[in-house]
Amino acid sequence: MTFVKPAFRHPDAPINELGRSRQDYEGGLSTLCAGCGHDSVSAAIIDACFELNIEPHKVAKLSGIGCSSKTPAYFLSGSHSFNSVHGRMPSVATGANLANRDLIYIGISGDGDTASIGLGQFAHVVRRNLNMTYIVENNGCYGLTKGQDSATMDTGSPNKKGDINMYSPIDLARLAIEIGATFVGRSFSGDKQQLIPLIKAAISHRGFALLDVVSPCVTFNNHTESTKSYEHMRSANTDMPVDFVPMRQEITATYDSGATCEVCMHDGSVVRLYKQDNDYDIEDRQSALEATSHYAKEGKILTGLLYIQRDSEELHDVLDTARRPLNSMNELQLCPGPRFLDSINAGLR
Amino acid sequence: MKATDTKDPEYFHKVVDCQYACPAHTPVPEYIRLIAAGRYTDAYMVNWESNVFPGILGRTCDRPCEPACRRGRIEDEAVAICRLKRVAADNKDDVKHLLPTVPVEGNGKRVALIGAGPASLTVARDLAPLGYQIDLYDDQPVGGGFMRSQIPAFRLPPEVLNEEVDFILNMGIRQHFQTYISSLKSILQQGYNAVFIGTGAPRGSDLDIPGREACDKSIHVGIDWLASVAFDHVSKIGKRVLVLGGGNTAMDCCRTARRVGGEDVKVVVRSEFARMKASAWEIEDAAGEDIPIINNHVPKEFVHEDGVLKGMRFTVVDVVYDAEGNRELVPTGEEVFFEADDVIIAIGQDNAFPWIERNLGIEFGKWDMPVVDKTTFQSTLKKVFLGGDAAFGPENIITAVAHGHQAAISIDLFLKGERVENRLAPGVTLVSQKMGVHEWSYDSEVSNDDRYPVPHVSKEKALRDRKLEVELGFDIEVAYQEAERCLNCDVQTVFTTSKCIECDACVDICPTDCINFINNDAEPALRQALRRPAKREDQDLYVSTALPQTKRVMVKDEDVCLHCGLCAERCPTGAWDMQRFFYSVTKAGSSCKQSSPSMTSS
Repeated sequence: MTFVKPAFRHPDAPINELGRSRQDYEGGLSTLCAGCGHDSVSAAIIDACFELNIEPHKVAKLSGIGCSSKTPAYFLSGSHSFNSVHGRMPSVATGANLANRDLIYIGISGDGDTASIGLGQFAHVVRRNLNMTYIVENNGCYGLTKGQDSATMDTGSPNKKGDINMYSPIDLARLAIEIGATFVGRSFSGDKQQLIPLIKAAISHRGFALLDVVSPCVTFNNHTESTKSYEHMRSANTDMPVDFVPMRQEITATYDSGATCEVCMHDGSVVRLYKQDNDYDIEDRQSALEATSHYAKEGKILTGLLYIQRDSEELHDVLDTARRPLNSMNELQLCPGPRFLDSINAGLR
Repeated sequence: MKATDTKDPEYFHKVVDCQYACPAHTPVPEYIRLIAAGRYTDAYMVNWESNVFPGILGRTCDRPCEPACRRGRIEDEAVAICRLKRVAADNKDDVKHLLPTVPVEGNGKRVALIGAGPASLTVARDLAPLGYQIDLYDDQPVGGGFMRSQIPAFRLPPEVLNEEVDFILNMGIRQHFQTYISSLKSILQQGYNAVFIGTGAPRGSDLDIPGREACDKSIHVGIDWLASVAFDHVSKIGKRVLVLGGGNTAMDCCRTARRVGGEDVKVVVRSEFARMKASAWEIEDAAGEDIPIINNHVPKEFVHEDGVLKGMRFTVVDVVYDAEGNRELVPTGEEVFFEADDVIIAIGQDNAFPWIERNLGIEFGKWDMPVVDKTTFQSTLKKVFLGGDAAFGPENIITAVAHGHQAAISIDLFLKGERVENRLAPGVTLVSQKMGVHEWSYDSEVSNDDRYPVPHVSKEKALRDRKLEVELGFDIEVAYQEAERCLNCDVQTVFTTSKCIECDACVDICPTDCINFINNDAEPALRQALRRPAKREDQDLYVSTALPQTKRVMVKDEDVCLHCGLCAERCPTGAWDMQRFFYSVTKAGSSCKQSSPSMTSS
């Protein structure tokens, strides 16, 4: 068995603006099943961070429990990392983000970690608009415990043994739009052309960004009848291609369709979308909910940037916290002493 | 682009860069794996089967394989293929029982071989076991040809040469040494059924400039002088020696001169350093023996006093290239004089066939060379075949061996009354190396080590003894480390389109970004559209048929594939598999009668 990825890379492999190669953004060799969609998501994160010229040590990657939550070991080995308790990644991310607002937070979770045990935590981190990218690697089953149906499994979709799922699925993207997420995208691990720009846009978004990524479980949920298989995604995927144009780059592509729109991010970069129809307004919650349900009714899965709210107030704005990370403050600033405590207490009387 | 036809043996053959570049197509990765496994005798026999002189070539080969080695495209240096071959030869057990046996009853056909160099010896090796009676003629007292007379003993010890030459001579070859053939007609009159000419390129070029005749006794023609030293006719030279020429013969001359009395030895070359024909490692070894190489100096005259050589005068030139890339040596006006007691001229060598009568039916073409078929090595006189340097001009040992094999096939076909053009396809196998879920039968892990240098004896010791071999060869531990640098390019990445579910696992894991799933296009556009554009046109693209789910195609750029097997390890369906490809050039006497290429696979 090969335990080590060879050190050699393509001699023409590009270098980014930081002078780093893509190799600097890689992690350990995956121990997930061969063909797992999660490995493709990891590769897309590597590409996104490399192309965004992010210093790996400026990133904190957080996860809960599950196959998905193992994946932070397989990308950005130079980043901060916290593998937390099952379903509790949002709390750890919230704490970390409040302590150090200068880092880029990437949460990795699965459909079990987010839609089952972690649904409560998920809902609250969404409504608080914590500034982070939250990626759900959604395969509709509990792969780590041998493939039981998860809460995102579609009604009527059979498991590997042939048993039909009788329960209603939780659509995380629609849920997030409902409860106030400011950036919601859906994608497919097998479509990096869409996934990489979406991750870049999500990282560039200021506020909570959810990416619900269908990422097939090749071992337990990739049979032909499954609605979370590679084959099904390839036939049912109604994709809205996404382009991400960084701030300093000239927009050169030309477009034939009227169904494109451009969204300027707060940092000056531009997300360009090719929508399925002209009436769809991705800055309108109702429109996004209607579009997703319309395609779902037809047995299709709409992917791309589904909803975005620009210029929202993220958690730090709401709480009016200090501008600097706590680790850059001295003891006096962090513990100003009993006089300040007294004045706070007095203000509460 | 059309889907790649992997049933064509040449497709995967080309992926094994070293083997493809070797004129004899020696299965290099195969023997390197055997060396790593400590199976030196087996490694030796794989070599012997293909190139006949592993011990000799492991020291002296021109190594066309090494510039081709994939390793040189992903890092600085190729695998030390040549010196690993020597490891197999140095550490082998007795191989006599493994050599082909010669039938007691011959087939009644007689073949004469003129010249006892590598080409003729290869023909003998291939034909003797088939029952042919072989008569070998050479004007030297022993066999080996230029391998003996041109390559100094400090690079190729006589014991090594003798052993491998004797393997062949002991196959019942009738030896006629010290027999100079002055007439081909006389040979033909002896009733041979076929004649093979492997007489090399025996005439060293001379230099016709003022003073040449007057100081004849101090001026030597390189290849003749090396032969005189090799056969102990010459054992010393003056203290100040000039060697003219920039090829490997010049390097052998200067280094030999340093060992027989030359103290101030210089190599003087007309052209610039970058255009020198000598192998880089031979130039390096000469430099290591304090021999300066002086470039851009064109010989003008030999300076002498009453026939006693004093030195040489040279015109210094600038090398100028015109728009078409034609080179011109433009004198700078400067002239230089170098003192010398002896001068060795090593500026090239030519063929010479004064002994072939021109009325025998052998057509002569350009440069007064016999017309020889490039595939069959047959001359226009059907029973006469040529090979080695005698066929198409000076090349090297491994090319002579390749010629010999092919000429032997032709002679065998010819004497069986079959068409010499009707040659058999190579033997090819393709076998999966999968041992378990994540286990391969080859060392798939890629070594990150730099190329290991071969240790040399100290300069002081080397210069004292003309016959002391300079290179010590790898010891077994270092040989193992060096062998592990081989990427096993013969273990092919084989793709089965129907099994692919397009999960991208191979794309994501591939260290060198070779694998792509994209929409098909014409080759130039496809090369540009890959994740890493495929710039090296001589390296093929492996293109699948349309994939089941998306109708895209898999395109793999073979250029810098590490053959690490990770694509196959991460493939959930076995669409990728690592399969060992064995390609062997068909030898004389193979009995299977196939006319089209074939491939067995499992």
